[in-house]
Amino acid sequence: MISRPRLYLYRLIFGLLLLGFWELSSGRLIDPFWVSSPSLVFVYLYGVFADGSIYGHLAITLYETFTGFFIGAIFGIGVGFALGRRETLAQILDPYVVAFNGIPRIALAPLFIIWFGIGPTSKVILVVSVVFFLTFFNTYAGVKGVDEELKNILRIMGATERQILMKITLPAIVPWITTGLKISLPYAIVAAVVGEFIAASKGLGYLINYNTSLFSTTGALGGILVLAMVVVICNEVINRAESYLLRWRPREERKSEGELY
Amino acid sequence: MALLSIENVRKEYQVRGKRVLALDSVDLTIAEGEFVSVVGPSGCGKSTLLNLIVGLMRSSMGRIVFRGAPIDGITTKIGYVTQKDNLLPWRTLIENVEIALEIRAIEKSVRRAQARDLIDQVGLSGFEDHYPHELSGGMRQRANIIRTLIYDPELILMDEPFGPLDAQTRIVLQDQLLKLWAASKKTIVFITHDLIEAITLADRVVLMSARPGRIKSIEQIAIPRPRDVFKIHEDAQFRSSYERLWQQLRPEVTLSESAKGELI
Repeated sequence: MISRPRLYLYRLIFGLLLLGFWELSSGRLIDPFWVSSPSLVFVYLYGVFADGSIYGHLAITLYETFTGFFIGAIFGIGVGFALGRRETLAQILDPYVVAFNGIPRIALAPLFIIWFGIGPTSKVILVVSVVFFLTFFNTYAGVKGVDEELKNILRIMGATERQILMKITLPAIVPWITTGLKISLPYAIVAAVVGEFIAASKGLGYLINYNTSLFSTTGALGGILVLAMVVVICNEVINRAESYLLRWRPREERKSEGELY
Repeated sequence: MALLSIENVRKEYQVRGKRVLALDSVDLTIAEGEFVSVVGPSGCGKSTLLNLIVGLMRSSMGRIVFRGAPIDGITTKIGYVTQKDNLLPWRTLIENVEIALEIRAIEKSVRRAQARDLIDQVGLSGFEDHYPHELSGGMRQRANIIRTLIYDPELILMDEPFGPLDAQTRIVLQDQLLKLWAASKKTIVFITHDLIEAITLADRVVLMSARPGRIKSIEQIAIPRPRDVFKIHEDAQFRSSYERLWQQLRPEVTLSESAKGELI
């Protein structure tokens, strides 16, 4: 296993190589009009951060993402938990859940804008519709998968159903819930940005779309880069929270989706 | 006085529409403070018998009487040590050992002290704060046993608790189990497929036939206690008991081997 500092060093080198290739090919291999260049993007980003004009866009996108993320997660976990313990109801609702989840969100986005306007609310709803299902399915699977033998052991010891819930079911589904949250966060950001692409007056998605319509590849790529940073930072935060919550698991099992190493 | 009496118990299952007879006319009486081993070929319904006693399953016929009252559902007076250690993976060793006391809302300092004492008795001191995945199979199985002892059930059922362990660890744990039993004076019903283990531990060895499980014979083991598990196989009584039991067990083992292909 590679040591931490070395890992970060290699990651940095890889990033620099990528940027170096982009910088060198721009203007030599391809016209910068199409692909811009790291130095142009850097100057652009420096400008928008220095004059503060990007903060409003960043703030609105983060607001949409996290509001939708929390609402969607609360409902997804709640409904997943409730249905996981009510077999018959789950069977009745199953085809509807599958159908709703199967609808491409991009098809819903214009509808949400008609219903909730071009402001942040429509994007929040869009994010909720994505996060809800991902956390729902994970929580539901977790509740269904709780080891019946462990519950029996506690029953034999004299535990009440409430104690079994607190001491077995809830801790047992924590890994499922964190996996659900972890995979839905990047999707939440994507949903907010997609919503902004369709109709908005503010947000990173709006900014990227606006720059693209002006053929400003520098501005578009700058916006994309900021977005990518947000995803990486959020992912790091959630990884750390997860490894704290799941410190009781063997290392190999702790790695869940979205983690390569 | 009989602590537990199993009276003409029969258990049938339905497996894919087929009726399977797991246990048939089982009669057995267990006295207070007794250590009884149950031996039989795999699939003879040993675990089913334990599930019936502990109240997780109901018999199709007959009844099981514990302290004069028929068993009707789970009772906390009977403890169950399963073959899989079934420790809660999100709890440390000591948190696993004390869980039964936690359920009884016993004060933390009191239950910690009791758990520590038992952990010490089985040589696990220093591992209190380790999670199950950080412990060896033998350590986990010790924890499994003492978390049942801690709440002091009158009867303890053990379903091949040393089955998955290596030979050396098994002997050490058998020795520890006998010491714990001598100190606590519990009644134990211990299931195993290992004849040597059954004789080493028990006052009586109950031999079961291949499916449907019936009691084929019962052997009294009069080897004096305390027993030395490391040398007991040199004892003359041990050998004669072993010979007698093995003569009876052998045809059952071949029977159950040949029946394996048919699923039931």
